[in-house]
Amino acid sequence: MSKYSMHLLVCGGTGCKSSESDILLERLKKELSKQGLEDTVQVIMTGCFGFCEKGPIVKVMPDNTFYTQVQPDDAEEIVEEHVIKGRRVERLLYQDPASKGHVEDSKKMGFYKKQLRIALRNCGFINPESIDEYIARDGYMALGKVLSEMKPEEVISMMKKSGLRGRGGAGFPVGLKWEFARNNKSDKKYVVCNADEGDPGAFMDRSILEGDPHSVLEAMAVIGYCIGSDEGYIYIRAEYPLAIQRLKIAIKQAEEYGLLGNDILGTGFNFKIGLKYGAGAFVCGEETALIHSMEGSRGEPTLKPPFPAESGYLGKPTNVNNVETLANVPAIIMKGSKWFSSIGTEKSKGTKVFALAGKINNVGLIEVPMGTTLREVIFEIGGGIKDGKKFKAVQTGGPSGGCLTEKHLDTPIDYENLIANGSMMGSGGMIVMDEDDCMVSIARFYLDFTVEESCGKCAPCRIGNKRLYELLDRICQGKGELEDLDRLRNLGEVIKDTSLCGLGQSSPNPVLSTLDNFMDEYRSHVVDKKCTSGVCKDLLEYFILEEQCVGCTACARACPVGAISGERKEPHVVNPAICIKCGACMEKCKFDAVILK
Amino acid sequence: MEKIKSLADLKKIREAQLEGIHLRKKGEDPEKLVQVKVAMATCGIASGAKDTMEFLADALEKRGIESVVTQTGCMGYCYAEPTIEVTLPGKEPVVFGKVNVAKADEIIEKYIKGGELVDGIIPVNYETIDSKE
Repeated sequence: MSKYSMHLLVCGGTGCKSSESDILLERLKKELSKQGLEDTVQVIMTGCFGFCEKGPIVKVMPDNTFYTQVQPDDAEEIVEEHVIKGRRVERLLYQDPASKGHVEDSKKMGFYKKQLRIALRNCGFINPESIDEYIARDGYMALGKVLSEMKPEEVISMMKKSGLRGRGGAGFPVGLKWEFARNNKSDKKYVVCNADEGDPGAFMDRSILEGDPHSVLEAMAVIGYCIGSDEGYIYIRAEYPLAIQRLKIAIKQAEEYGLLGNDILGTGFNFKIGLKYGAGAFVCGEETALIHSMEGSRGEPTLKPPFPAESGYLGKPTNVNNVETLANVPAIIMKGSKWFSSIGTEKSKGTKVFALAGKINNVGLIEVPMGTTLREVIFEIGGGIKDGKKFKAVQTGGPSGGCLTEKHLDTPIDYENLIANGSMMGSGGMIVMDEDDCMVSIARFYLDFTVEESCGKCAPCRIGNKRLYELLDRICQGKGELEDLDRLRNLGEVIKDTSLCGLGQSSPNPVLSTLDNFMDEYRSHVVDKKCTSGVCKDLLEYFILEEQCVGCTACARACPVGAISGERKEPHVVNPAICIKCGACMEKCKFDAVILK
Repeated sequence: MEKIKSLADLKKIREAQLEGIHLRKKGEDPEKLVQVKVAMATCGIASGAKDTMEFLADALEKRGIESVVTQTGCMGYCYAEPTIEVTLPGKEPVVFGKVNVAKADEIIEKYIKGGELVDGIIPVNYETIDSKE
């Protein structure tokens, strides 16, 4: 047969690559050529499938078989069993956690059932390093349509009607943003793609750039046409080497095809795209700070106005959009604003990509229509909480967001609802916590991050967050007072009201939302000096269970400070006044008699 | 690489490239297509299943029938190899035995195109774990 009758799609995202998917890909090719099948079966490296929990992923088309956790050594078996004999390799199939049965078809997996992929439409489907495959999926058609059939005003009005809002966090209407940039007259304007993804646990932008870089380039050229710009930059953190490499390849291919450069598609429109690297500072996701960093200055935000649409990069009108926002643009142009606005809720249209992380079974990247409930995301798509534990809270929006609890589970997710409940969309990170997580230390963790990432330009953020952190740290150490809880709230609100940029204006959210939802946990830290989840080490004491202890003296001999006493073959006792909580006794005990409480 | 000079050129490239991902696109939604499974175990291949499969894949495409042709393992009807299983959209799968190239041609023309049953159907008289669910 001259043409391929089977495709093996191997995930080439950062997650799967670090689990040796690139070696696996080579092995598959080798096995196929050993069997003389290299012309019958095509091996393709794709972007992220989203199911990172079980990577590396191999998907076999056209029968839709979904293999998980495939190791390089499995290549031989896949080729011999599946490719040659047509028998699925059972042990590599995804196992449904509820029924324990193997799921052959990816469409039957709970993880994919509720998803609607617009921004991720090509991730895990095409080879990101092939512009031809992108074109086969209607790639650059939106640009062609816009350049030859639409006026810039029409495109902007289409975006406005679609209801697309910025996916980087704030949710500003995209069409309106373009219109501002268009209306500011200037000899030079810039289009900037914000790829400075900084929320801990969020990786949708990276996955889009790695899996479908051309969609971002195409959207940037469309914006260039709409606002009257001939030059764009992607500001990407140097910590994303694979995304940078794929972008470089994509830009080169687009230039060779003349889809970037001068006189694009014979329409006289010129547009070029360059890359600017960031050093991975969280604050540079803020658009004014990002622009300063691009100019070679310190990545510090400045007051708005002037907005970048008036005076941005090098003082020229600049339009900044986030990666995920851009990935939606070509789809909207091809399918129309009506189609897009039919998806989602009243004020939040379309879909949103979420990065699921934490104590959840299916860690990974998902895309769902706006208005999907947290329960659907966490329990249906996410497969519930790890090890059958109890759900406690979910942190949305990263360090700027808040914690939502059980009572919020049935709230439809959109920009407005999340804010009304004390959190925010942010870039779409979702960190799930179970009963073993202490909410006070979670708040302290996020504050630690913001203190580290604050640029230090304005006092409320620089000093205020530091003080917030110190208060939380004291509480975790058991030195907190009841008044500290009021201090936390007051200080948090002042920081929110008075900070210069979005970082400080949202950094107290994790504290305020945990105060709202988990007051009893704060109280037990402060009043009873107890951490019920058993996380805050300073509040715990080592204790020997009398009925379990056989008096072997192993713990007493291991204790470096002599805090354990007791006669041979008699139960031992820990003296909390001397104990330094090193845990050596617990490690040594063979009878599970030492506990923390 | 040749530059693309117009939207029409771009469309041409798209058409030419479509074939490359066609197989994957079909796999996304197999229920709407004609699905053909060819038993390609040792006995099937020895009886000529490979030729049948190549013919089916080729002919279905040439005759413009949206279909997915995949291989499967031994179906157990070794006396009737090569065997194929055909699932028309919305219908129960039907297994045909002794499918050589000529028979395959007949199946396409009569059963797949017209839904008309042809000789050689093997009645499926067992239940699988799937069908019991």
